[in-house]
Amino acid sequence: MPHIQLNNDAPGIRSLVLYRPDTGQPLYELAQALLRAGSPGSTLVDAERELIAAYVSSRNCTDFCQNSHAAAARFLYGDNQSIVDQVLTDVDTASLSPKMKALLSIAEHVQTDARTVSTELVETARQYGATDGDVHDTVLIAASFCMYNRYVDGLATLTPADPAAYMAMGERMGTLGYVIPQSGRTNQA
Amino acid sequence: MPYIELPVGVPGIRGPMVFSPETARPLNELVNVLLQANAHHPDSTLSEGERELIATYVSAKNDCFYCQTIHGAVASHHLGDEDWSLVRSVKDDYLNAAVSSKLKALLTVAGSVQQGGKNVTAEQIDLARTEGATDRDIHDTVLIAAAFCMFNRYVDGLATVAPVNNPDFYRNRAAIISTNGYAATDIT
Repeated sequence: MPHIQLNNDAPGIRSLVLYRPDTGQPLYELAQALLRAGSPGSTLVDAERELIAAYVSSRNCTDFCQNSHAAAARFLYGDNQSIVDQVLTDVDTASLSPKMKALLSIAEHVQTDARTVSTELVETARQYGATDGDVHDTVLIAASFCMYNRYVDGLATLTPADPAAYMAMGERMGTLGYVIPQSGRTNQA
Repeated sequence: MPYIELPVGVPGIRGPMVFSPETARPLNELVNVLLQANAHHPDSTLSEGERELIATYVSAKNDCFYCQTIHGAVASHHLGDEDWSLVRSVKDDYLNAAVSSKLKALLTVAGSVQQGGKNVTAEQIDLARTEGATDRDIHDTVLIAAAFCMFNRYVDGLATVAPVNNPDFYRNRAAIISTNGYAATDIT
């Protein structure tokens, strides 16, 4: 049960942005700018952005964010969707580009302790083709999910147990992007 | 030196904000709503100064020099804490600092969020409520703490630069922020 009265039965972050659209609006705009648009010069595709979000959420043990962003990544990877579960199981053995592996390593360090990101980690990513925009977006996606995860868990929001609920969310996120939910549709995933 | 090419002479978070204006806009809007506008909502009992103290406390726990110094300076500006001694006492030992029991209970919640959201307990929330915190205060405390776990990582994960041994830089900037709100572009 959530720690505060949210007055809706939506799951995860959707319950929080329905409760507080004043903070929900910039939170959704940030997700849209980071997970879809990307900063100048970034080469990351939407599926890769969702994969970083799912990976960081799994390291923070926030099931709602991990499952929903993993579902979005699977939807966006299409035929290559097995990459997502490979990464969530073991990044080292996943069939992923060296550039993405290097960026996930940066994301991992941001999640654990951002002061441990090093010149060496960034240089490795660069050698494999990462641009300044890619490094920027990776750091901010990882950092922002250290916020979203804490927000969702810190207020003890509802986490659906049914995997089918996340598949529907993933398809919606993959097609519509991040559109703030409107009240009156509170029980939609 | 920052890991990516950032504008020279723009310290802390404002460097990456100039680099990426599309993400800077919602980030600034979020802090303006959380740290300033909501202090004036009828259901809020947290002042701007108290909100800045929460941001400062979390940034100190994350050991982010730029964020704890600038938000500490803004808190001091709001709270009339000329020599920054109140802010220092909150960072060092908030349970014995000269702040309300309500804020102490909310700082405990913020400290749990910093460690990980699942560390927040029903007992911590109940104590904050007993001390007079509203649901709105609890929500804002959790989101301020969570947001600074992002801002701190953004600032340190890119190795941005920050003026050291220059408290007046932060005092001047704090006065501007208190009047104009948060924005990446008003470079001083």
